[in-house]
Amino acid sequence: MNERSPVQADPGANGQPPLLQAEHVQLYFPIKYGVLVDRTVGFVHAVDDVSLSLPEGQTLGIVGESGCGKSTLARCIVRLLEPTSGTLRFRGRDITHLSRRPLQPFRREVQLVFQDPSSSLNPRKRVGQIVASPLLVQGMEREKARARVRELLDLVGLNPEHVNRFPHEFSGGQRQRIGVARALAVNPRLIVLDEPVSALDVSVQAQVINLLDDLQDDLGLSYVFIAHDLSVVRHVSDQIAVMYLGKVMELSPAAELYRKPIHPYTQALLSAIPIPDPRENRTRDRQVITGEPPNPINPPPGCRFHTRCLWATKVCTEVEPPLAEYPGGHLAACHHPRNVSPAEISAAARSPLSPLSAGRLMPGDTQATSGTEESQVAARPGGTGDAPGEEP
Amino acid sequence: MTEPLLDVQDLQVSFATEDGLVRAVDGVSFTLDRGEVVAIVGESGSGKSVTVMTLMGLTRSPNARFAGSARLRGGDLVTASEEELERVRGKEIAMIFQDPISSLNPVQRIGNQIAEQIRAHEKVSKAEALDRAAGLMERVGIPRARDRLRAYPHEFSGGMRQRVMIAMALSLSPGVLIADEPTTALDVTIQAQILKEIRQLSLESDSGVIFVTHDLGVVADIADRVLVMYAGHLVEQGTVDEIFYDPQHPYTWGLMGSITRVDRDPPKRLPAIPGQPPSLLRVPAGCHFGPRCPHAFDRCREVPPLESRVPGSPDHQDRCWLDLADKRTKREIGGRIGLAEGDVIK
Repeated sequence: MNERSPVQADPGANGQPPLLQAEHVQLYFPIKYGVLVDRTVGFVHAVDDVSLSLPEGQTLGIVGESGCGKSTLARCIVRLLEPTSGTLRFRGRDITHLSRRPLQPFRREVQLVFQDPSSSLNPRKRVGQIVASPLLVQGMEREKARARVRELLDLVGLNPEHVNRFPHEFSGGQRQRIGVARALAVNPRLIVLDEPVSALDVSVQAQVINLLDDLQDDLGLSYVFIAHDLSVVRHVSDQIAVMYLGKVMELSPAAELYRKPIHPYTQALLSAIPIPDPRENRTRDRQVITGEPPNPINPPPGCRFHTRCLWATKVCTEVEPPLAEYPGGHLAACHHPRNVSPAEISAAARSPLSPLSAGRLMPGDTQATSGTEESQVAARPGGTGDAPGEEP
Repeated sequence: MTEPLLDVQDLQVSFATEDGLVRAVDGVSFTLDRGEVVAIVGESGSGKSVTVMTLMGLTRSPNARFAGSARLRGGDLVTASEEELERVRGKEIAMIFQDPISSLNPVQRIGNQIAEQIRAHEKVSKAEALDRAAGLMERVGIPRARDRLRAYPHEFSGGMRQRVMIAMALSLSPGVLIADEPTTALDVTIQAQILKEIRQLSLESDSGVIFVTHDLGVVADIADRVLVMYAGHLVEQGTVDEIFYDPQHPYTWGLMGSITRVDRDPPKRLPAIPGQPPSLLRVPAGCHFGPRCPHAFDRCREVPPLESRVPGSPDHQDRCWLDLADKRTKREIGGRIGLAEGDVIK
């Protein structure tokens, strides 16, 4: 049952290809240096061999700290950036290297909502003009566009009478609604939301998330939802990918990820979030990882997380772990997975979504090797959510 | 009973603008003791930052009007002269700002920036001040501190810059440390490190910390007591347990209801607070939260005083006219504390 990854198996029910598919997508930004003639002296490994897929009508959450490549990936998905290598497919069609004109129908189907509504809305244009502009670009008549704008404002919970106001006359939450209205204007099928609520107050965050939820139900939209921590994405996502330094560390159905985080990085992210419950917070055994993410120009060899990982051993510094498939459609790239039984570890198969550069070694093999240090680490109880809080 | 370290009474701050008088802070009273962490929570525009900036004397301008007092070691921070403030600032009361990149001078070396403050208050040589700066940087967890005295802010990551800010704030061991959203711009893993650091340092140095934030998770993690602000009013204050397990004000319920928890299965819909905070130019008559409150009734046209309404908890105060039993039934939504179901979009 596990030989195919869930992301590929899911939409197969009606024989349709997934709405969006990324296969081994890589994006390296060249670093140029030199007088008169620019020489490329290195690369920022922003997105490094990421494979994901999103079935129609679902939400894929992408989570990671700043610099993990999540926003770059989002910009690749909407083809604002062209991947260095790999393939992007939309409804099965390769869009990786399409040029401007052939991309236009795709642009209508995929829209982007930005993090900061005040810098992504032109302050000198009225709301009506802002929301109408994608319609006019796509060639709609002015009169029709005007009516559609009022419809859209109503849809996102704004007063249609406010078409003539400027962005500064709205609050942060309302501005984000304008951003959503603009994205919806051309009837897209997929909306990529890049930290859509990070700049908003908590009470307003809830309003915007509920709005996104309603729109998804009513219009059958698919979302890619980018966030920097795990607390917000939970509400909206069907699947969540955890990224670190350009790589996918863990990919799992949303509920599963919180119940049973397998990758130590996911565990660390979860335990770093303070729980809004003082009593539980006091008794909680928290595992605070030290240090900061390494430089993406020179990512560490092997597992990219090994420099900060509590469980890292020699193999982690040498071999990049492939994504292993665990029960419940849960993928994790780790030599020392947590929260899984030895039986599950030995049954785990290599996922086809694994990076091409990943080693052959599976977590089960690691346990079998007799290196004392390694077997000792791997034998630590993996059943509890919290690892012993080892202080540096 | 010993005197509190900082005693703020009926603080009022308003600003004259072209559109009228903005009442940013309206009658805020609280105390801060040694070794205590008091969190101020509220949405943007609730007056939490203006409150702490006023304590630092940073809101003074020809258009600002002040009333009330903030007593620190016999002096009053609200009426203090600029010279008095200069003596107190840094030495007795220091502040960590939200955004370290705009609070550090980009063209000055880190070491010099920390040493500058030490030398402004104490007669020490530059070498000695730099030496102390290195010690402080080590204390807040900056590795290879001595080598990095000569680094510029841009050479540091966000978390490291915030550590520099903390080192700077601690340089003269102030009694009161104000942290204005110090972790909002940081990643969660770095936030966890910084919070741990601040808590530890406040214990070690026995100073009082005022922690401004909008994140209730952070509050639960770090605070001993909590002040909840809404549209310039202090609507509720109490110990962290009182606020989280027996909140009295509907706005606090709304805040509690709209947070997401990673350790629980999420509700189908997030309970939200309907509407938006009022403009401080035209705050509603009576309870400021009235227009957004589903439980408002006639009496809410009068401003409720901030007083203790829970028997046996004199320090748990709120501004809400509802009676105690009523509140306990009204705040329960599907077994959770919240204000209303999240089906309100407007």
